[in-house]
Parts: sequence; structure tokens; C-alpha cells
Amino acid sequence: MDLQQLHQIQPYLWTFPLKSGESRKEVLLYGGRALLESMDDKVLEQITHVASLPGLVGAAMTMPDAHWGYGFPIGGVAAFDAEQGGVISAGGVGFDISCGIRCLRSNLNLQDVKPHLSTLAERLFRVIPAGVGEEGFLKLDTKQLDQVLLGGARWAVQQGYGSEADLEFIEELGCMAGAVPANVSELAKKRQRGEMGTLGSGNHYLEVQVVDRIFDTVTAQAFGLQEGQIIISIHCGSRGLGHQIGTEYLVSMAKAAARCGIHLPDRELACAPIKSPEGQQYIGAMNAGINCALANRQILTHLTRETFMEVFPNSELETLFDVSHNTCKLEKHDVEGKSRVLHVHRKGATRAFGAGHASLPERYRAVGQPVIVGGSMGTGSYILAGNRDNPAFASASHGAGRALSRHQALARWHGKQVIGELAQQGILIRSRSMRGVAEEAPGAYKDIDLVAETTEQARLARRVAFLKPLACIKG
Amino acid sequence: MNECVWFKNTKMMSHYFEHDADVGIIGRGSTVEQAFESAAEAVFAIVTNLEAVQPDISVAFEFAEEDLEFALVTWLNLLLGKARELGMVFCRFRIHRQGNLWQAEALGGKWHADLEHGIEVKGATLTMLSVKQIGTIWEARCIVDV
Repeated sequence: MDLQQLHQIQPYLWTFPLKSGESRKEVLLYGGRALLESMDDKVLEQITHVASLPGLVGAAMTMPDAHWGYGFPIGGVAAFDAEQGGVISAGGVGFDISCGIRCLRSNLNLQDVKPHLSTLAERLFRVIPAGVGEEGFLKLDTKQLDQVLLGGARWAVQQGYGSEADLEFIEELGCMAGAVPANVSELAKKRQRGEMGTLGSGNHYLEVQVVDRIFDTVTAQAFGLQEGQIIISIHCGSRGLGHQIGTEYLVSMAKAAARCGIHLPDRELACAPIKSPEGQQYIGAMNAGINCALANRQILTHLTRETFMEVFPNSELETLFDVSHNTCKLEKHDVEGKSRVLHVHRKGATRAFGAGHASLPERYRAVGQPVIVGGSMGTGSYILAGNRDNPAFASASHGAGRALSRHQALARWHGKQVIGELAQQGILIRSRSMRGVAEEAPGAYKDIDLVAETTEQARLARRVAFLKPLACIKG
Repeated sequence: MNECVWFKNTKMMSHYFEHDADVGIIGRGSTVEQAFESAAEAVFAIVTNLEAVQPDISVAFEFAEEDLEFALVTWLNLLLGKARELGMVFCRFRIHRQGNLWQAEALGGKWHADLEHGIEVKGATLTMLSVKQIGTIWEARCIVDV
């Protein structure tokens, strides 16, 4: 991205000045010079398009890990007011509705796990359905799926996959209100029949990690983190059901936008007024998709616990937090001194509530919400904490963000080569797709350290701990 | 924008173009239907090596869509949905347009562990979506989310 077209308003905040005759809201880009220079020009083009949508409140924003998406950039944040003609956008949520990360903290440390790491990786690889074509152990009929779509992780716990204690540490206490299973098509439900409790492919993973460094001792203590501790991160979403909701509503919303006189500079921005029938239908379906993702990660948590128990009979895996990064949620935010209820789109952006927020579990209320930023399988991940003065509708980065396209990565690396190189560093990769491993090579991603540091410098969230990968099950 | 032959396909040699996080697919043919068939092949070649898939099972469906570009996205997404619903991977495609009605058939086999594991395609998007005639060739392209 050419920074000459931007205006730097703070060390880690840039704006894209309005051109003469241009009618749109403000565009804000969070990040330092290096990260912004490495971003594709399409990021700026896409977020500028978002800034032209009706009912946008404040500015359309990108997080430090932003990259070129479809419609909205990945790492895009935009809040809309239904009372001011604001819109809901399927493209602003993404296909993988409620894709996110479940983080589990264990009572194990590196010394406990290292001698058995290979066994653990093999067993997890056998138990966790991952990659294209893989199905889960559950086969649900439409009626059962409707219960999943209403109950989310709470449904999964009621079936015996986990405990009540998990729910406190999941956004929305594990169950998104306002889900309308009837708004989800039969094809979407059929796609999901064998997909509950599956990881998927692409950038999804289950990773065994060790806490390598603590940045904020007080917050780490509240999160139950200490150096050398074993952590498990599960990154996945709403699987085929979410994808189908996304694809179907994208087309219907593109048509609705035209009918409502909303000019779409890019059809992928497909949206409908929040108060319109199409908007309300999508919100009901999207909330059902969120519950599907929450239930999916809950089932995977259960499978992970069972597998750990086989290898480490005294292991305990507690849910540290479960946070989604592809959503639109109705939230209260202070805007210019007034409390407003807004629909906040976060596409490839993590919610990051600060200390004192009423929705946080008691344990974290004094320090802020855990913000989980997943990196590549070779570099590591971060746990950050939400700041009370977050300037971006309580949003922060969600991952490293791609530096190279999938094609560029394929041209540069082979899957077996990547696995071999990581094994030499003590990181075990298990995957059925060598193509997938090559596309997800660590070198294809941006510098996660820089993303986390910049996220902190931009006051979006503050670093608490760095997690180093030990074993990764890739989809 | 770089265009590339990414994965070798059976007959049509589907094409791809660059996108940071996802994949751009291109289908070409002498008719719009052939371009759609070629685009479908490009999508499923991301999932596995199509040369290893036997076209044993036929799945027929139809849909109505007057807009050519929306028709491409609907076609690809119905194929992806049907494949997942039935636990299949498709390798051959036929589509015929009669006014706004599109009659389609996909042939393929059940997914099995011996097939090459590529990347799951979540859906076809409206990004960089176009269906147009260039000279005598029809070209259909869009970004697919993976």
C-alpha cells in the first residue's frame, strides 16, 4: 500500500482523506508503517467501499493484520445503526460465520508433555476430524440440528460434551440469542449433518502450545497462565452450514440492496437494511450459524480432553476463553459521549472488551477479555487482553494475516519440506493435505510479533502471553 | 493480476488468478455453459486431483436465475453444497440454459481417504465476479473462499 495517499494521525493510526466530491464516512487504518506498506492496495479499496455503506457510525476501520478479503477486507470493523438506515452485510461477516478460537489451559507443563508429544500428536490426529472430506462421529437429523442452532455450546454440554464451567468462558455464555433455524436452508442443514465436531481445512488447526513468555503478570495470573504451561488452541468455525448460509444470503442480499436503492461499489458488499425483511432473516440465520460454530468448538474441546486423558490420565483442560472473529453482533458503545446500540461487523477481527465490561466472566472482569491472536504453525500465537479505552468498537487483530497468496506459497514450498523443517525445530505437524501445509507455511504469513506489538501500540489490546507451537493438527 | 495454471485438470485446463487469502478461478469455453463447466472443474480441482475421481454417480438439479453472474455463483455453490451433502467429489459437469432456467448435472464419486487431500472450498463469492464474452470465448471468473 502506498502510504503517501494516507494521512498519519497518530503513530499507529492512519486515515484516508476524502477526495473532492466523495461521499463517505472516515476510513481508519490501525498499524505501523511496515505492516501498512506490506498490505495489498485492495485493503484500502475495500475498506473505502465499506465507508460508503448507509448507516455507518464513526469510521470503517482495519486492524493491523488486515489483508485483502472479499467485499470487506479481512481485519475489517464497521458498526451500523439500525435507526439510521444501517445495514447488515453477509460479506461483512464472512462465509465461515463465527470462525474463532477456543483456548484451553492445562494443568500440564512442557516437561510433562515433551516426552509424549509424538504420541499425543498422533492420537489427536486420529481423533480430530480434519481436512477436506472428513466427517465427525455425530450424525444429526434436521430436528437435532435445529436444537444445535438454538442452543450452541449449551446444547453440546447438555449432550455430555463438556461441562457447565465451559459456558462461562464462551462469548454469549455459549448460546447466541436470536437464532432462527427456520431461516437456514435445508441444503445448509444437510451439509452440516456429518460436520459437527470437525475442524475443516484451510487455516484451521488444533495446536498444542507452550506459554513461552509472559508480558503482563497480573493479567496472566487472572487468565491462569504461567510460563511453561501447556495450552491448546482450536481454530475453526461453523463449517458447511455457515458456508451455505453465507453463499445463499450473499446473492439474496445483493438483490435486496439493488431493490432498496443501496449502491454497492462491489457486489460482495451485499447488504440489506437491518430493519428490512432480508436483513432480519439474515440476522436470524447468522445467529444460528454462530451457535453452530460454538457447538462445534465445544465438541472438539470434548474430543481433545478425551485424547489428553488417554495420554495424561491426570490432565485437566479448562476453557480459558472462546472468541469468534467473523461475526456481526448487537452491542452498546459510547459514541461521542452517547451510548448507542450498534450492529458491529467484525470480519477477521476479534472482539476485545475491556475491564469492567458486564459480559465478561467475573474472573476476567478486572483485567479485560482474553483476545486470542492465532499465528502460523511455525511462529506462535498471542493472548492479549482487551483495553477499556479501545478506540475501535472494542475490536483487535485476529491473526498474523497472510503475506503471500496461496499460489505464491505453493510455488515456494512443498508440504513435506515444511513439515521436515518444522520437525527440526521441535514442532510436529500432522495433516492429510501436503498442499494445505505448503499453503499455510509459516513464511506465507506476516510477522505475528509485529502484529501483536502493533495491536498493543495502537491501544487495541495489550499483550499478555506468547504461545509457542509444539504440535499442530492441520485441516 | 497474475493468471496461472495452478493445478492440471483433465481436459479443459482450468485457470486461476491470485488472491491473498483465497483463490481466484477462471472457466473458459466457446459457450457460457462451457465456461461454467470449466469454472466448476477449476473449483473441484482445488479439492482433489480430479483424474483420480471416477464419474460413477450422477446428480441432477436445476435452478432459476436471470443474471449470468449470479447464475455462476449459484451454480458453483449448489455444486459445493450437493457434494458435501452427499459426501461426494464431482469431476465432470454439464449445464444447460433455457431462458432463466439452468439444468445441471454433475458426475463424480464418493469421497474416500485415498483421494488426494487438497483444500476445502467453502463457497464462491461475488468478488471479482464476471461472466463475459471476449471475442469468441466466454469467460467466467470469481474468487472462491477456502
